[in-house]
Amino acid sequence: MKDLSKVNNPYNDEKVISQCSIFGMMSTVGELFSGKAIITAVANMHDRGNGLGGGFAIYGCYPDRSEDYCLQIMFNTRVSREETEVYLKRFFHINHAEEIPTFPTKAIKNPPDVWRYFVQPKLEELHEIISEDDVVTRRVFTINTTLEGAYVFSSGKNMGVFKGVGFPEEIAEYFGLEHYQGYIWTAHGRFPTNTQGWWGGAHPFSLLDWTVVHNGEISSYGANRRFLEMYDYVCSMHTDTEVVAYAVDLLARRHGLPVEVVMDIFSPPVWEQIDRMGPEERVYFEALRNTYGPLLLNGPFAIIVAHHGEMVAHTDRIRLRPMVAGIRGDMVYASSEESAIRLVSPQLDRVWIPVGGHPIIARIKDTPGQEVVKGGRELDKGEKAEEFPTC
Amino acid sequence: MKTSSAVKKTRSTSSSRSGKQRSGAHWIKLDAQGVYYKDLNRQIRSLALQGDRRFEIHNVFGQRYLGTNLWGIEGRDRIVIRVYGTPGSDMGAFMDGPRIEVFGNAQDATGNTMNCGQIAIHGSAGDVLGYGMRGGEIYVRDNVGYRVGIHMKEYRDKIPTVVIGGTMQDFFGEYMAGGRIIVLNKFFADNPPVRRSYFIGTGMHGGNIYVRGDVDLHQIGAEVGIASPTDAEWKIIEKYVHNFCKVFGLEENKAKLLKRHKFTRLYAKSSRPYGRLYAY
Repeated sequence: MKDLSKVNNPYNDEKVISQCSIFGMMSTVGELFSGKAIITAVANMHDRGNGLGGGFAIYGCYPDRSEDYCLQIMFNTRVSREETEVYLKRFFHINHAEEIPTFPTKAIKNPPDVWRYFVQPKLEELHEIISEDDVVTRRVFTINTTLEGAYVFSSGKNMGVFKGVGFPEEIAEYFGLEHYQGYIWTAHGRFPTNTQGWWGGAHPFSLLDWTVVHNGEISSYGANRRFLEMYDYVCSMHTDTEVVAYAVDLLARRHGLPVEVVMDIFSPPVWEQIDRMGPEERVYFEALRNTYGPLLLNGPFAIIVAHHGEMVAHTDRIRLRPMVAGIRGDMVYASSEESAIRLVSPQLDRVWIPVGGHPIIARIKDTPGQEVVKGGRELDKGEKAEEFPTC
Repeated sequence: MKTSSAVKKTRSTSSSRSGKQRSGAHWIKLDAQGVYYKDLNRQIRSLALQGDRRFEIHNVFGQRYLGTNLWGIEGRDRIVIRVYGTPGSDMGAFMDGPRIEVFGNAQDATGNTMNCGQIAIHGSAGDVLGYGMRGGEIYVRDNVGYRVGIHMKEYRDKIPTVVIGGTMQDFFGEYMAGGRIIVLNKFFADNPPVRRSYFIGTGMHGGNIYVRGDVDLHQIGAEVGIASPTDAEWKIIEKYVHNFCKVFGLEENKAKLLKRHKFTRLYAKSSRPYGRLYAY
């Protein structure tokens, strides 16, 4: 582990002035683009991180093997890889396996081996009827919790997570990410506050094709974790963001809730506001808070959640971490700082700061004329436009 | 950010007048593209020490602490910095005298603990603007984010003032101890109204907030009182709304903005709201 006082703070006063940086960009028409822009953008927020974590999620990067689950796994030792491969061969049909190409740079020290496996789960091994996604999820947790030194970075189809210890621009150089193509990219520069910086602890956190990058602190981690454990999610990455990825998987995939509702569960209005709402909305929020209260995310956070077809930028109810959204043509941006968006897209059709707790949702355009960006709905729930004092 | 110590500089007239104190009347153009914030701020300080007073910084992409390190320079209250682009957070932090004008939006913590000078933003600003501000003026044409004006304070003739053309968000003026903030609730640019704000002035124990429009009881903290501006206060509001319109070239709106009956005054009900909280 790096000595923080030498890296970041020459004054040795135990104060490190930095915050995480997050950035996301999506082509709402599904057009693939390289990582060049997002690397430039997140590198512009270099000072928000401290070099103890950087990472990227790319959607649409493996079109030739888009039907296979792509398991991207880091191994601390050769033995951990060999053990994991024995496990994988038993429970998956492996259609292709390779070490992820890297471009060693001075900045990245002692990297683990990172491999990718394009696989199909063996369903004939099962004695119960569960979905393929559930099978893969179960295997991922087994690898993370029982196989020494092996951690799954991502496990979705036609997507991948690339992360490690370093500044995001260094991680991008190490994995050669400017050569990848995707239609959604999210990125993270880390400043770990409560836990150590290690390769598995870098963002994005991922399960199947859900990924989360996060700036802030999930103070409700303990409560969230205990709730998720009842649904077989095992936290193994030593950091709070992990619960967000699993909560999204539970709510959106397994319980089938739209992401709008998931975000309302994460940051519902305070009871005082709910009391002032009309009956319909009050019933809705009371139901969410009663059913999913343990998945309320407390504490300061700004997150970008993505999966195939959707990118969601969201903050806590009182926006204790920054988030700016921007639109230019078919591109939708979300960032910790407006300057990073402007650097890669100086002209924007619209740029705005979302209201806390109100998600910005970018969707792939299915039909012409469809509204591809939802949110930025500035009025409060239960509040009518005409009530607003514009004078 | 890629670091580069070379700040491209062009002077509008001749650039070599060595040995002679510069008059500062010329606009110094700086290109900040790819320049690290420390190098940019050092360059401005060194030019200001040589007598330059007017700066135009182009291609600003997130460079922080603009205007901070101009402390102790004689005649710093004549320094003007025009920023083209998006300045980084903590612009004008601890600033003591200069004037910054931004042609674009500002990020978070603008005017943090600012002591003296003026900031004008031709756009919106992010969260925590004017945090702990102790003097000077900030004008924002459009909207501001959360927790603006927290812990503002005043002492004798040093009364910090913030004027916001659009709207604010929650925890506005929280723990405010002094100073004044004027909110005009008017949308000059193509920026839609944001929602009402809540928890206004929570823990407020000094200073005043003047809002053009109604404020409901459920929007304010328990420590806040609602009233109308007094005659003396109205003179102050008139003065600063006049300044606001002048700064942004919006003079035609002045008469419409200055309708006294529309203004609500929010004030601290007590200078020591928690004075008895831990007393036995």
